[in-house]
Amino acid sequence: MTTKTYAGTDVVLDDEGFFADPSAWTEPMAEEIAAAEGIPALTERHRQVVKLMRHEYEEKGDAPNVRALAKLSGVPIKELYALFPKGPAKLAAKIAGVPKPHGCI
Amino acid sequence: MTDTIEKVSIIISKGSLEGVYPGLIMANGARAEGIDANLFFTFFGLDAIHRARHDHIKVATVGNPGLHLATMLGAIPGMSSVMTHYLDKKMANLDIPSIPEFVEMIADSGAGLYGCRASADLFGIHDDDLIPQVKGIITVGEFYGLAAGGQIIFT
Repeated sequence: MTTKTYAGTDVVLDDEGFFADPSAWTEPMAEEIAAAEGIPALTERHRQVVKLMRHEYEEKGDAPNVRALAKLSGVPIKELYALFPKGPAKLAAKIAGVPKPHGCI
Repeated sequence: MTDTIEKVSIIISKGSLEGVYPGLIMANGARAEGIDANLFFTFFGLDAIHRARHDHIKVATVGNPGLHLATMLGAIPGMSSVMTHYLDKKMANLDIPSIPEFVEMIADSGAGLYGCRASADLFGIHDDDLIPQVKGIITVGEFYGLAAGGQIIFT
């Protein structure tokens, strides 16, 4: 567990860098988290995916995996990997302040 | 040596449904974790990237003790198709993609797909027999070159 400061607030992250408490997340934090993860600027497309990630977690209690993310967001897999190199579901979940998605597919 | 795996090169050597899926799941899982991945299809694994065959890959029902199906039953004509259909439906319910869709998805995620030169020669398979996402038919030496610095997983 580590503590980081985003948008002026201290948040607790687990060992992999995901929010220990998803309710601590606010939208302005997304930009900072993304920058820390190697995405210098969030485009509308990025935000669309992050918003969906957050929404799905809040509705279903679990964030979607890459395939589900592609289907739900309408962003094709190729584009998802271009927007979020190094694991789109993982990265988008981090930026959205939700726990890491489960699932093997 | 770091704690994380940076690259995996996975060999798929079998042509049955249960022989192909593990390698695909490992490759897709690697890409979802941000790990570089290569898939190398050899022997009957080539069927998974073969245009005419990748949609017809079946479960082995004879001599497959893991299936818990008596071989005498498994040998009944059509049994393989029945079992494959049954498994396909179960996988669809879990939103597990079919082999052609899965392979395309893995290619879209940035993994490299390759065919084995020796097996392609053996079975008379050419570049145009394979799906467009395959980067090339390569030799085992070239595979080792691609795999250098990462882990190799044989399935």
